[in-house]
Amino acid sequence: MDAIVYNNVCKKYKNAKAYAVDHVNANIHEGEFVTILGASGCGKTTLLKMTNRLIESDEGTITVSGKEIKSLDPVELRRHVGYVIQQIGLFPHMTIAQNIEVRLELLHVDKKNYKEIVDGLLRKVALNPDDFRDRYPSQLSGGQQQRVGLARALAGNPKVMLLDEPFGAIDAITRRSMQKELKRLHEENKRTFLLVTHDIDEAFLLGDRVMVMNEGHLLQFDTPETIIDHPADEFVKTLVESSRESSYFYMRG
Amino acid sequence: MISQMLSYIATHQSELLKQIGDHFVMSLSALLIASVIGIICGYFASKSEKSEQIVSAPFQVLRVVPSLALLILLIPIMGTGFAPAVTALTVLAIPPILLNTIVGFREVPDFMIESAEGMGMDDHQILRKVRIPLALPMILAGMRTGLVEAFASAVLAAKIGAGGLGELIFTGLGLNRMDLTILGGLLVAVLSLFCGLVFDLISRCLMKYKYVRN
Repeated sequence: MDAIVYNNVCKKYKNAKAYAVDHVNANIHEGEFVTILGASGCGKTTLLKMTNRLIESDEGTITVSGKEIKSLDPVELRRHVGYVIQQIGLFPHMTIAQNIEVRLELLHVDKKNYKEIVDGLLRKVALNPDDFRDRYPSQLSGGQQQRVGLARALAGNPKVMLLDEPFGAIDAITRRSMQKELKRLHEENKRTFLLVTHDIDEAFLLGDRVMVMNEGHLLQFDTPETIIDHPADEFVKTLVESSRESSYFYMRG
Repeated sequence: MISQMLSYIATHQSELLKQIGDHFVMSLSALLIASVIGIICGYFASKSEKSEQIVSAPFQVLRVVPSLALLILLIPIMGTGFAPAVTALTVLAIPPILLNTIVGFREVPDFMIESAEGMGMDDHQILRKVRIPLALPMILAGMRTGLVEAFASAVLAAKIGAGGLGELIFTGLGLNRMDLTILGGLLVAVLSLFCGLVFDLISRCLMKYKYVRN
């Protein structure tokens, strides 16, 4: 079964001339790591946010884990889909543990198990629970904060994780190591990851398959190798050529 | 002068304590009512530009009226004593609380709300767990200003027979006893500083996260 199915999905913002997302069709398999690549304004974030109904689609249907999302309560849908944003969005008035617990509470997890789950999640993102549990977000570096953001999104073991440029605000060196770790997290858990990025290297490094978008259209949706060897059109070709000499080839090994 | 003051304190202890007590009761009652009105109105006003204009306009107008004039204007409606004094002080304390509440709610960043929505909080939970805690520092700062303003203006309440430390000051002025006037003034100044300090302590306890260090 497919984890996410986009069927003729469209979105047009008020007062806009063109579609932000224009008749997108795509099937994302269960356990797959898919990246959405495109320049800003290409509709990639809109597509992602329509998946957990932070933005409502105008036409077409989106299916998550076999259910048409318009038939679900949006709040309930979001509780079962992990969501990570570029600005991280940890609550500054809560400790790291409380930031994760707030999500466990939404999932009606028994309070007795909080500590065990929180510690487990922190370990999963390579943070020592004893060091971090009781600190406030302001005491953490950007990279550490986003690790907590990931841990929070992973709470409740959602089948689908949506990540909106999760490393966009993180310095280049930390970003590389976090990308690798995200890849490891995905391989360990075999959940479906959908990640939006404008960084070509990131998209090709992380994605089992890559969706290339431009001006609301899905231009190509294939494995990095196929996209490089057989770009669907001129736009994709230029995009790929611009990253020919990039580190991707070395990193992918 | 100082010895005169000290001897006045020694001989008029109970009277002084009552004046201080009245002064506190008046200002704190005003703060309480002003907070309820200011925070609720401020919350709704923060929702849109239009609602802000509708809510804050009457308070802006009232703000222009000098507090003494307000007290005297209230006499034909409410008579003299405690009630009109608290009413006037409440009107005075509302604007800072109202405006700070509006700013406090407005300044909650959009991405915080997105983060809360994205994890599956409903509107009520977002308000309780994110919006209110994040607006709280501004609201408390507004309440602090409101209290200090009410406390200082409560001096005028003596003019309409509501008691408080104003009695001491106006008695001093009437009898040309500088010691009483200065003693009253000093007490008001010191006690309003004290009020501010207590507020800061409360803020510190409520918002530990603002004061943590690495």
